Amino acid sequence: MTKTEELDFGSAHGYGAFDFDYLVQEDRVHRRLYTDPTIFRDEMKSIFGGVWVYLAHESQIPNKDDFVASRLGLRPIIVVRDSGGRIRALYNRCTHRGATVCRETQGSAKGFQCPYHGWNFLNSGKLSGVPWPDGYADDFADSKFNLAQVPRVESYRGFIFGTLNPAAPSLADYLGPATQPIDEWLDRHPGGKVVLCEANRLKYRGNWKLAYDNSADGYHVIFSHRSLLAMENRLAREGEKGMSFYKNKPDEAPMYVRYFGHGHHFKDKRPNLEARPGALWEIEAAHPGMEHYEGELRRRLGAEADRALDLAASEPVNINVFPNLLILGNHIQVLQPVSVDETNSTWYGTAIVDERNEFDGAADAINALRMRTLEAFPNFGEVDDLMNFEEIQNGLAAEEDEWIYMHRGLGIPGRLKTDNRGVVTGPATDEVFMREYMKEYKRLMQAEPKLVVARHTEG
Amino acid sequence: MNGGPSQSALYIDGHFYRKLLADFADWQSDEREAAGSGLREGCRMLLEKEARLLEQRRYQDWLKLYAQECLYWVPATPESGDPRRQVTIAFDDRRRLEDRVFRLQSDYAWSQRPASRTARLISNVAVFSTAEEGVLMVASTFLTSEFQAGSLRTYAGRYTHRLRRRGDGWEILVKQVSLIDCDQNLRNPSIIL
Repeated sequence: MTKTEELDFGSAHGYGAFDFDYLVQEDRVHRRLYTDPTIFRDEMKSIFGGVWVYLAHESQIPNKDDFVASRLGLRPIIVVRDSGGRIRALYNRCTHRGATVCRETQGSAKGFQCPYHGWNFLNSGKLSGVPWPDGYADDFADSKFNLAQVPRVESYRGFIFGTLNPAAPSLADYLGPATQPIDEWLDRHPGGKVVLCEANRLKYRGNWKLAYDNSADGYHVIFSHRSLLAMENRLAREGEKGMSFYKNKPDEAPMYVRYFGHGHHFKDKRPNLEARPGALWEIEAAHPGMEHYEGELRRRLGAEADRALDLAASEPVNINVFPNLLILGNHIQVLQPVSVDETNSTWYGTAIVDERNEFDGAADAINALRMRTLEAFPNFGEVDDLMNFEEIQNGLAAEEDEWIYMHRGLGIPGRLKTDNRGVVTGPATDEVFMREYMKEYKRLMQAEPKLVVARHTEG
Repeated sequence: MNGGPSQSALYIDGHFYRKLLADFADWQSDEREAAGSGLREGCRMLLEKEARLLEQRRYQDWLKLYAQECLYWVPATPESGDPRRQVTIAFDDRRRLEDRVFRLQSDYAWSQRPASRTARLISNVAVFSTAEEGVLMVASTFLTSEFQAGSLRTYAGRYTHRLRRRGDGWEILVKQVSLIDCDQNLRNPSIIL
């Protein structure tokens, strides 16, 4: 059992007084969204607290007593699968004097002992003992000494989210229509699942929203990634490689951008390819080991080899779950705000697990190839985006030039389609996804949610 | 070695991975440390030459220090891990290394516009013999300062070079770069380390 307690930030630490109707307009947003430390502080409550935030993947804590360090906004969190098998998100903060009780990034433990004064906590968050308790007049059975924890923690098919907002919808309702591409992304893998397999860890001197703005942006690709596209096509092998389909009139290509609601958006490049096994593998550029492993997979699997090779190829989608989970290619990218102008961007690789042996023992070969395709974009694509994010942050130092425009496509009749769920679809380079998520951002920043934490109680 | 682009790179296979993991396990024993100062000096000169070519961004000359079937490997964990089932910061065969150089030499690699200036110190060089005739493992410690986009930052760690005798010198079979902060979030890791 847990019980919740309301957080009282006090007037000095409450929400700032900003006019978000002015800061977020139909066609543009104000530079202060990216530069103001007070807005950032409010985001850490209204968004990284007020909505469902991605915390960890279940494959990081497969067994009882496993834990992995995470953050909910700036709050240090330990995501545990406790001794009873329940997934919890504990505050990594001793209830005594505030020290973190866990200093490892990942591991297995039945409990956590604070290194400062030796207070002990079970991995349910319950205080299990303090040194020399007869020195206290208190009753340590009071739940206020148990570790704080995120009151609502839910998973969707392995993705663990948490929120401090009792008024938030269920996770399934929050994800809404975004579950469809998530399901499709997972279901192309054996058993409909993946496991994390280390990461390319990057950071940039810029606001976290610069990455979220970019994540369904089809307009930047041939410019920001010009060196990547040139590199991938330098050998003039058969056909055009990588994201070459952006080169000529991308708005007339079958790919599209989509807004799902709740801030989630989606870039679907799959319609550019023929719907047949092997079409994905054919546009892969050169990767270490590709000749050997393609040969091995074709020998071992025959007609099934194309499907196996497609699993080593990068899935051409960007599924962006507001505010911090970006599923793209074969990556699970996680945005972690550090300060108003510093963000960690961690690109977790994913591997296949073939428990039912659909690929006749070839899963290791598929993964050996998939690891190398995974490394290409963070090395040769993302670094250029990150530099452009940093240079946006530099440009935004110009105070008098106030506005950031995201009006591409706005006001052109017939360009967008809205279905009966309210899902909006537009051409690949349209900025509608930014405008729509910014409307949701405004609503969230104006909502000033009442946040709560929970603590373990008996019973 | 024709210096042209490698259209194919056929040597990364199961055997390559297994041998790599074996070659990089338990090589650093006291019994295998090579004594001769002349040998150490020769290896040190190669490492310093490599650093100099990278400082000068003479990438084509730098590539010539490497064997045709080579590897540039930057693990993402302090334990190095198993690159067959974990992603790394870099795991470049000859062709991908040429890709990396091609990109850096294009005018459109925004992460390197303007290009980083680097100053590279290499020290604590130790040479170890291997079971293979004419093949050495060379351990060193490096400190690379990078000035880029208005800020000065540092990469620190250890190199392990696997060298093979080429003429009266050495060529690089494998360069492993073990950053001391390899499992942390790195800002613009776009230079060759």
